Amino acid sequence: MNVTKETLHLATAGDAPQETFVLNLGPQHPAAHGVLRVLMTMDGEWIQRAEPIIGYIHRMHEKMGENRTWAKFLPNTSRIDYLSAMHYTHAFVGAVERAAKIEVPLRAEYARVITSELNRISSHMVWWGALLLDLGGFTPILYAFDDREKILDLLEALCGARLTYCYYRFGGLYNDVDDAFLKGTRDFVKHMQPRLKMYRDLVTDNIILRKRLEEIGPISAELCRKYGATGPVIRGSGVAYDVRRAEPYSVYPKLDFKIPVYHECDSMARYMVRMDEMEQSLRIIDQALDQIPAGPFIGKVPRVLKLPVGETCYAVEAARGRFMVRIVSDGKEIPYRVKLRTPSFSNLSLYEEASRGMILPDALAMMGSLDLVIPDIDR
Amino acid sequence: MNPSLEQLTADYTALAGQVETCDFALKGYHLSVAVPSNQVVAAAEIADRAGFSIDAVTGVDWIAQNEMEVVYDFFHFTSPLRVVVRTRVPRAEPELPTISAVFPGANWHERETHDFFGICFTGHPNMKPFLLPEDATFHPLRKDYQP
Amino acid sequence: MMKFLTIEPVRVLLYLVGIIAFTAANAAYLVLAERKGAGRIQRRPGPNEAGWAGILQPVADGIKLLAKQVMVPPGTDSLLFRAAPLMVMAPPLLCLAVIPFGDTIVACNLNIGLLFVFSFGSINVMALMLGGWASRNKFAIISSARVVSQNVAYEIPMLLVVITMLMVTGTMNLGEIVRQQAGGFWHWNLLKVWVNPFMPVTFIIFFICMLAETNRAPFDMAEAESELVAGAFTEYGGMGFGVFFMAEYANIVVGCSLATILFLGGWQSPIGVLSGGWFGAAWFLVKLYALIFTVIWIRWTFPRTQFYSLLNLSWKILIPVSLVTLLLTGVMMKIL
Repeated sequence: MNVTKETLHLATAGDAPQETFVLNLGPQHPAAHGVLRVLMTMDGEWIQRAEPIIGYIHRMHEKMGENRTWAKFLPNTSRIDYLSAMHYTHAFVGAVERAAKIEVPLRAEYARVITSELNRISSHMVWWGALLLDLGGFTPILYAFDDREKILDLLEALCGARLTYCYYRFGGLYNDVDDAFLKGTRDFVKHMQPRLKMYRDLVTDNIILRKRLEEIGPISAELCRKYGATGPVIRGSGVAYDVRRAEPYSVYPKLDFKIPVYHECDSMARYMVRMDEMEQSLRIIDQALDQIPAGPFIGKVPRVLKLPVGETCYAVEAARGRFMVRIVSDGKEIPYRVKLRTPSFSNLSLYEEASRGMILPDALAMMGSLDLVIPDIDR
Repeated sequence: MNPSLEQLTADYTALAGQVETCDFALKGYHLSVAVPSNQVVAAAEIADRAGFSIDAVTGVDWIAQNEMEVVYDFFHFTSPLRVVVRTRVPRAEPELPTISAVFPGANWHERETHDFFGICFTGHPNMKPFLLPEDATFHPLRKDYQP
Repeated sequence: MMKFLTIEPVRVLLYLVGIIAFTAANAAYLVLAERKGAGRIQRRPGPNEAGWAGILQPVADGIKLLAKQVMVPPGTDSLLFRAAPLMVMAPPLLCLAVIPFGDTIVACNLNIGLLFVFSFGSINVMALMLGGWASRNKFAIISSARVVSQNVAYEIPMLLVVITMLMVTGTMNLGEIVRQQAGGFWHWNLLKVWVNPFMPVTFIIFFICMLAETNRAPFDMAEAESELVAGAFTEYGGMGFGVFFMAEYANIVVGCSLATILFLGGWQSPIGVLSGGWFGAAWFLVKLYALIFTVIWIRWTFPRTQFYSLLNLSWKILIPVSLVTLLLTGVMMKIL
């Protein structure tokens, strides 16, 4: 305990001088969703400073990118954020296609949109269940996983993997979307719409949940800008920033969907953004299923891929926000540099400032509303 | 307030920068600015004033030229405009000022860059190993790194 | 031989052995019921491997917990650390001694049964606090502080409700309270609206306070596993943890028994037929387990409340409302 002039004054006024203690949350803690460690300086249950300490599952994907060919790095991209693997593969594939000027057939683009949006829904499902677990509600996660299972079955039938898909290839896809998948996806959309309504009735409108999330953990748009937070975090702070609209890629410009925006800046706003996004994803899938043309599923790609010298960026809207790949090529078969800009990294970096002065359960509720995936932060 | 490409170009040219306008469909950004390493804070301030947000800070090791490149990516929430600011520092003494006072979010990105490349950001509040182990003395993304 | 069994000390001893056996078996099978209930609510089978439909699961759990080493972490206050599980288990056992399971099935027919239950019931808080404090773990200490403030807050409305009931019944003898509610469900205290129109509200307040006092969801601030790992029990392993766990269920049984006796007519039949003797005990158990099921149901449906809204609920809503019911009952008893 440090007796300063300030605390001495408090002590003479009859109050106890301020004492703090350090709470080491993690790296093994139920609320950390993985191996995130937060060093909290606490004043009672109030947080004075919460410093995230990361790197416990750092795997150096960027170095791995520099010692294998472009195509051999593809499976790595699924493993950065294992919950939204499709988006990450999409960004890397997109960057290489942009640099090598590879044409992608329209059917492949539509298939990418469908699978990406399915992946977005399944990722939000995990987040939803995990957030409710953080808040002490055990049941929703099993309902969420029940629905997520249907998506995983669909994607498994398509590419053989249930989590780390690696389904996209330079110039197209690993294999064609068959009729069974298209029909299954249509059935899933029909199945999912009433389920989302049920989630709203059962969980979103629950008074305890609203008390736990409303006006808790405010993050202003300015704070997001200074820290580069994206995705549902920024859309919950009243900014309609979505890479699908800001830097249009694939066939998103041809599809009609809304960017859900809430202006409350609190945890509930971020919650509502994700719930609405699932609905919008269903809309996108529905339209893409109507529009998907027949044709080849992969374009012409040279057998040995050598990219022209130079630098290319490609960003996608992953489930957690803006994911950008920056590749630098020196004209050889292997990349010179692969930079992965992950959304959770930036979203977590504002935690220290945003959590100041909050109480522990609220701070953990806010951490849940940021939707962190630790491998995505550590890379 | 959305920044215009012309205004940004003028601002960066005034900063002794080489400004290059790029085709977004080919590169993935609109404006590439190369500035001397002592001008990065000023460059970041221009981006801040124009309402940009920090996307990433990273490095590239150009071992053939014996230089290290530090790349700052900026994106904008409301206008579809992407700016890349880049600077080069000598490989022997990679030092440049931090922009974490302008963009607090750069704090983590700079720590990461320091981890991977050994580039020192002077004035950084907390330049400790970040993603690498606490006792790490190596910089794995340097091209001469031998594991 | 039978005469020997009816000597007072022997009878009480036999009842206590019976109660301990009942509590232990009850706790073990309530855990199974809870897991099965949770499974049902969460659309999964629950434990179903050990024995038929998982009927042997509690035995397996018990053996596992018993076989584990009782660890006392270094640096703890080892005496308090060991004493806390005993202190948390003893009060509900003693409370059950005065709970009438039927007209004559009661270990000790105390005249001050109600007072007895509440005075022993409040030891539970101290045991949790000591356990948390002795663990020398920050999560446990935060949890202890929460437990104390939560229980202090909820003791007040609960006792106000009990005072209201005392005014209505005029006795602290639990058997007597049940006897007053004879003759069908419209005689139950829950529906005695001519004594006090707020009677159902009183029951709800009692039930909420009971949930909070037993640290059950949505008020499980003491455990709060997503925030405080396991709260006050973080450092406990093996049977130390097992005893805390059993005590939680024993406390639920005590709380629900009291609710049954005070509001739902105890062993009385709801329609006036099939009453008395073993039928009485059956009615009591039916009501008891219906309430316990409600407790389980609530746990698996709601998320946890926030600590400060929990305290606000008590200080700003429950205490004023229970004070109003108390005054109203007094006024109505004076007038009528």
